[in-house]
Amino acid sequence: MTEPVKVAIIGSGPAGLSAASRAGQLGLSHVLLEKTDHLSDTIFKYQKGKRVLATPERLDLRSDCRFAEGAREYILGNWDEDAVNNKVNVVKHAEVTAVTGQKGAFEIKTAKGDVYHAETIVLAIGTQGNPNRMRCEGADLPHIIYQVDDPEDFKDKHITVVGSGDAGIENALGVAEEALENTVTILNRSKDFARAKAKNVSDMMEAGENGLISIRTETQPKLVEPGWLTLETPTGDEKIPCDVIVARLGSVAPRGFVESMGIEFTGPDREAFPKLSPTFESTVPGIFVIGALAGYPLIKHCMNQGYDVVEFINGNKNLTPADEKDLAAIFANLPQKKSVSEWLDYLRERVRIFADVSPLQMREFMLDSKVAYYRKGDVVFEKGEPGSSLFAIADGHAEVEVGPGITVPIEQGSIFGEVGLISGRKRGATIRAGADSIFVEVSRTAALKLMAAVPGAKRVINRISLERQLLQIFKGGLTVEDLAPVVDAAEVERVPAGKVVLTEGEQGDDVYVIRSGSMVVEKDIGGKPIFLRYLPAGSFFGEMGVLSGQPRNATVKAAVGAELIKLTGESFRRMLAARPQVREATEAAVAERAQMNNFIESRKATYSSAVDLYSDTASFIMKEGLGEATDALLIDENLCVGCDNCEKACADSHEGLSRLDREAGKTFAHLHVPTSCRHCEHPHCMADCPPNVIHRGPDGEVFMEPGCIGCGNCMRNCPYGVIRMEAAPPPKPGLLRWLLTGFGPGPGEPSPKWTKKQLGDEKPKKIAVKCDMCKGIAGGPACVRACPTGAAIRVSPEEFLSIARLQEDAG
Amino acid sequence: MASLFQRRRSKATQTERVRERRHEGFLRYANFRWAKISGGLCLLIIVSYALIDVTPRPNGGSWYGYTLGTIGAGLILWLTALGYRKRKMTSDHWSLKAWTSAHVYLGLSLIVIGTWHTGFQLGWNVHTLAWVLMMLVILSGLYGVVVYSTLPAALSNNRDEMTQMQMLEAIRAFDRQLHAAAQPLTPQDTAPVLAALDEDPFAGGIMARLSGRYPDCATAAALRALGASRSSDAGAREKVVGLLSQKEVALARLRQHLRIRALLEIWLYVHVPLTFALIAALSAHIVSVFFYW
Repeated sequence: MTEPVKVAIIGSGPAGLSAASRAGQLGLSHVLLEKTDHLSDTIFKYQKGKRVLATPERLDLRSDCRFAEGAREYILGNWDEDAVNNKVNVVKHAEVTAVTGQKGAFEIKTAKGDVYHAETIVLAIGTQGNPNRMRCEGADLPHIIYQVDDPEDFKDKHITVVGSGDAGIENALGVAEEALENTVTILNRSKDFARAKAKNVSDMMEAGENGLISIRTETQPKLVEPGWLTLETPTGDEKIPCDVIVARLGSVAPRGFVESMGIEFTGPDREAFPKLSPTFESTVPGIFVIGALAGYPLIKHCMNQGYDVVEFINGNKNLTPADEKDLAAIFANLPQKKSVSEWLDYLRERVRIFADVSPLQMREFMLDSKVAYYRKGDVVFEKGEPGSSLFAIADGHAEVEVGPGITVPIEQGSIFGEVGLISGRKRGATIRAGADSIFVEVSRTAALKLMAAVPGAKRVINRISLERQLLQIFKGGLTVEDLAPVVDAAEVERVPAGKVVLTEGEQGDDVYVIRSGSMVVEKDIGGKPIFLRYLPAGSFFGEMGVLSGQPRNATVKAAVGAELIKLTGESFRRMLAARPQVREATEAAVAERAQMNNFIESRKATYSSAVDLYSDTASFIMKEGLGEATDALLIDENLCVGCDNCEKACADSHEGLSRLDREAGKTFAHLHVPTSCRHCEHPHCMADCPPNVIHRGPDGEVFMEPGCIGCGNCMRNCPYGVIRMEAAPPPKPGLLRWLLTGFGPGPGEPSPKWTKKQLGDEKPKKIAVKCDMCKGIAGGPACVRACPTGAAIRVSPEEFLSIARLQEDAG
Repeated sequence: MASLFQRRRSKATQTERVRERRHEGFLRYANFRWAKISGGLCLLIIVSYALIDVTPRPNGGSWYGYTLGTIGAGLILWLTALGYRKRKMTSDHWSLKAWTSAHVYLGLSLIVIGTWHTGFQLGWNVHTLAWVLMMLVILSGLYGVVVYSTLPAALSNNRDEMTQMQMLEAIRAFDRQLHAAAQPLTPQDTAPVLAALDEDPFAGGIMARLSGRYPDCATAAALRALGASRSSDAGAREKVVGLLSQKEVALARLRQHLRIRALLEIWLYVHVPLTFALIAALSAHIVSVFFYW
């Protein structure tokens, strides 16, 4: 039993420590509970010497603890000093197991059985969870680690990996790289590897056969000693040399613990965060949540929140957040003068998608947005321009140019530009300000975050985008009112790659619109499915059934995972009946498609082999995931002489690193898909980039701007393995010098040996490297320009699988 | 000929980038643009040579000869520049395929330009040396054109989606398994296996590389030796023999890969040095011509 404190802070990471320091500075009674024997365990567990970056740069640090870019040791050292200087009352080895009570009288129990009493609680436990520890004797020795940051840190060591789930196997394979010369053993308590993915298990078995890993089943650790490990095996105990133990025994995610206190989350999915007020208070009064757990993964955010939350608890109501000046700058150029909070309320009141957004979310969200004033007639964006941001109309209205001289207004409170947001493609129409207006421009990532966090915003955006998509597809004077019944009856369907949506010969009259992903249309001709067409996002299918009432005349299946909007045949027919022009336009589209089908069918009779090749090539292209590509490199191996000039050109056009691997990848009928970026329609790499530096550029390229922190998320998320983590090599001597004197490594990516020799002991930070489609280079993609034989081309799937190609192939 | 020169460069400045959208080889580039240009040039020379009556006789030293000589020398220097162009990744709009196409067809036109420049006066002198070297360079280039248009498909078929590194890795994997599997064998049987393990897949010299025949292959020898041996445990030997034959298949693939690549590259070791010899001889030819003006 200890004295009750004003505030108990759980977790001593950047957020918790900053909060405790503020409490210490204010002289508030407090306690900082840390489960390990050191502060800030997450950063403590970084590998030795790792450089910690202080992003975002524009955000000011407001904390009693210091933080600037530096090595892990430097930062941790500073914080240890700061904790002492700020008179932080820290209790180590205090793992909180239960929280009971309510505001003013919380009771906190720790694993050791201690009980702490506090009026308020600040929860700053991060998202790592607790790794399950080893339980045998000697389990607290320092050479037991729970993660492997960089396998290259281990050379010529005896390493034992305990636990054979995916994490354990991946770590074991990592450190077992032949060049590292480690002796690696992996232990599994049971006989088989049921918890791991089949691919990992087979890779491990292969490594085992090749003598790179010694795999020991039905074996577990019994005694850990420095340099040695005693194993309990089916045939008795055995002592093996062991310098490092990597324990991968799974972990307990913190969500269950947080929910046990009664705190609600925004949703059931993994990305959901606790619901919070503007002062970081959760749904349980008196419990505040900050840091990574609150959805802020960057250290600086966390530290600022620690400071702010304690100020709030201490009754400071006038505290303006650290981002106040950044927000003020965002609103500075508008004609009206209002305070930041007035502006935020103004936007929340006037824009439909912001209606359900909390003030705290709104602040965060506006930092990633722009607000601008447009005079009547100003162009916001032009048709065909690339762009993925979303615009919201806070004041005035916008005009969409749907045809030459024809405009449709979009009213205040609504949004535009949402098609780029959802399909990642170019702008479908030119938009002008219809009056003097204020538009909010929201970046794609911020908008997606908003949709994930606020269900109301998601509903509004989805509904508006569906209406717009339908208006764009079915032209002819259609209005939002005409569409209302269709939209009301519409359902969104997710289909995995390869799934058949429509089957040839079946009856049905539903119409589908592809919201994301793409589809392939096939027809059974002579007992073989023949590829007819590739349908990119934004197209529709199934309309022939509605118009003719006939059974489906072709099979449609998903080329990649896709999102479809299913419109019922009945509501669609009613809409067509109400608008004869729409019916005509749809019939014309149907006629065109039917003509193309007939063409392929007629060709099949005369040029069977050409059609088969075309069809098989299309299936191959789709199987390789090019269905989601917007621009991919393809190599004709009838022409490729293997000179690798494409790779060299790529390296020389960038900072000395090649973004493509010509030789790797699959081949069909001499058509080779090398390992290089396809600039996916919905880039997987963008999904989880903490500093948000991956963007879609003006030519549709997915590129990285400077600011990569080297976390490797994009590399892991890319299903095509086209992102490398690499440091740029030092500059090399010029080409003429190499040609004339042989000095330097010559064209292309220098060998690792040369780079190593130039750098000496310096180990530059590895960052993500990917194709940017030679953005900013006037001549266009270097890989294609530098191909001496014409083997390399860059195409989008619809260009490559065009009917023109079949016509030429068929002669 | 104006229609042949519908340049795409003006388009390149527009927002839409110029990109290659179809697989069109360097020989067919732009509907045989450079074949037509160079063919036209040759025709022009042959016809004008027949029509123009140079006195006292057609000769490299006549005004007509000088014209052809200047065109030829200029072309030779420009054709040599391909080696630089290929490696210099400037950012402006150019296509190496277009350069290769022009290189091939204009290079071939030198047969006519050079030969007609001589006025068919050949002898044992530095002038004819330059002509001979030029013809040799063109000949080696012709070989290059032939292999570039016939071998890539074979290279692709042979590698079967494997990279060269993977081929080497496969061989190394068999080596590791062999090392373990050969432990129970008798010393007599182990010796050939060890020799096979020590074998460098890249060894064998230029002739082996080009022919694809490796009569001294240690893996094949080990297979023969173990096939005939009766000394070790039959089961263990059978396992080793199995691994050895798998390794042999992997080796064969790698060797075929290296062979095709060598055939694709070997001519450059003739073409390029001869080009420099040609430029030297050409310089001597030009200097001597003006010296004895």
